[in-house]
Amino acid sequence: MSRISEAFKDNKAFIPFITCGDPDIETTRALVNEMVKNGADLVELGIPFSDPTAEGPTIQGANLRALNGGVNKEKIFKMVKALREEDDISVPMVFMTYANVVFSYDAERFFKTCSEIGIDGVILPDLPFEEKDEFEEISTSYGIDLISLIAPTSANRIAMIAKEAKGFIYIVSSLGVTGTRTAITTDVASIVKVVKENTDIPCAIGFGISTPEQAKVMSESADGVIVGSAIVKLIEKHGKSAVKPVGEYVHTMKKAIQI
Amino acid sequence: MSERKGRFGIHGGQYIPETLMNAVIELEEAYNHYKNDPEFQSELAELLNNYGNRPSNLYFAKKLTGELGGAKIYLKREDLNHTGAHKINNVLGQALLAKKMGKTRLIAETGAGQHGVATATAAALLDMECVVFMGEEDTKRQALNVYRMKLLGADVIPVTSGTATLKDAVSEAMREWTSRIDDTHYCLGSVMGPHPFPVIVRDFQAVISKEIKEQILKAEGRLPDAVIACVGGGSNAIGSFYNFIEDKDVRLIGCEAAGRGIDTFETAATINTGKLGIFHGMKSYFCQDDEGQIAPVYSISAGLDYPGVGPEHAYLHDIGRAEYVPVTDDEAVDAFEFLSRTEGIIPAIESSHAVAYAMKLAPKMDKDKIIVITISGRGDKDVAAIARYRGENIYE
Repeated sequence: MSRISEAFKDNKAFIPFITCGDPDIETTRALVNEMVKNGADLVELGIPFSDPTAEGPTIQGANLRALNGGVNKEKIFKMVKALREEDDISVPMVFMTYANVVFSYDAERFFKTCSEIGIDGVILPDLPFEEKDEFEEISTSYGIDLISLIAPTSANRIAMIAKEAKGFIYIVSSLGVTGTRTAITTDVASIVKVVKENTDIPCAIGFGISTPEQAKVMSESADGVIVGSAIVKLIEKHGKSAVKPVGEYVHTMKKAIQI
Repeated sequence: MSERKGRFGIHGGQYIPETLMNAVIELEEAYNHYKNDPEFQSELAELLNNYGNRPSNLYFAKKLTGELGGAKIYLKREDLNHTGAHKINNVLGQALLAKKMGKTRLIAETGAGQHGVATATAAALLDMECVVFMGEEDTKRQALNVYRMKLLGADVIPVTSGTATLKDAVSEAMREWTSRIDDTHYCLGSVMGPHPFPVIVRDFQAVISKEIKEQILKAEGRLPDAVIACVGGGSNAIGSFYNFIEDKDVRLIGCEAAGRGIDTFETAATINTGKLGIFHGMKSYFCQDDEGQIAPVYSISAGLDYPGVGPEHAYLHDIGRAEYVPVTDDEAVDAFEFLSRTEGIIPAIESSHAVAYAMKLAPKMDKDKIIVITISGRGDKDVAAIARYRGENIYE
């Protein structure tokens, strides 16, 4: 069983997202440790991009802070390696970034590095089903899952995407970009139903989730819940002192989705 | 194995969020239907001719030719179109298509403001809502166009993210489209972005080269030796080139904005300085750093101040069918002033990049050779900025 499947095995998975290097790479490492200690089942690590077109203002800000702070791929890879080898982090970790970040590094070199440092999957929001051939053969050859996304507008595409999906499926809860929302109106349950008819891999819901109540409701339809902007807001507010409040937040959210 | 659509060689494609996939598929299906629909085509022709003022003149620039002392120079006068630039050709096509698709709202990005003005114009005419995203930096450089859009009933949203220029306006328009798709068409202004936009915009702009061909054959009985146009995303250039691509003896020359020079970081000359990459829905050449971060490009021209180039241009470059040359701010401003004085035609600062290259090329060519320069837009919008460039602080 892969590390990713393992994460969804016993209970609903809580999946936090943070941007590497926001506010600096040392804090990112401390945050991952703290989040795992407080129940994170899988960690999504953003590699910052200058023009993150799928992000709302909160995560755009994190990308900007990270890049201004001088983070780069080598520093991020080194940190992930340290998390695995020195900190004994055993939960799955996936990168979230944009196609150009992978392409410009050379896809072969990127996925090879991912496998060497202990990354399990890669999420690229600007790589839809139609373009996944760009990287999929290479990612598969290094045992890295290229994570598929399903959106509220996917409709007739859900089955097609689910059938070829790997690792877990990222269900986008709402139209638009990342960011906290007061209400999520998409009929997530009916999307999950079609997914489940077509694949056995787990699915997690993200976009707009910030409160324990929302997380609870979403977790009733899916196998896991992804939270990004709400955590990034805490990091924006507390900077290097964000480790403790983020840990507490993760603890609360994890507790809310326990069965 | 999925089908990879909309490729020009290795370039193009559909690198967009899943949320938008059904929207671009729906757009492609609608376009494929209507492009062969005689009723749609006759409605569009009616709009282009009677509202847009087509065909635009192909004007023999006798004084300019004499001053430069070489090849005969013709100007394709897209500046005489309604709203003052070639942008209206594409916008009328897309707005009519969107209307047929049942959309009631148009969103658009704009750099210099010409595409925004054209979109606001079409929206007014066709009773559609209109929201235009414009980099905050550009709203200052092109304040007059901001007010024109508002006058036409559009909302103009200043974009403050990134470099607050055209690239960021595109990103913001894409973000807006992912949040509201049902009633909204993203009226993309150049031959860029995900498939089918590079094809749709090129087809609607190809009227430029179709007319040039007819007009030059009538005037000279033969095809031109060179066609020159400025390239940002590349819509007026692809429109000017398209019907000549098979005519191998016609040189196709795209003029990129070199800003302060291609040996500086303050440049927007993508093909001359960029690398292959994936951004804004397409694979093409982009100005970027070693980490794959998109570069903060610069040009005096807000319309050419973009870090990418349309995938079909990237392909024409790869196969050597078109040449892409850099033109600096200084050269473009000189050309802006030169054409104004010699012909009494004030070109847009974007189009001035094409004029500048023609000024270098024409004297080296024989007098029986023919050059066509596409004057993609008029320069009224740039007068205050050029005055400031020359040290005169005038108010618009």
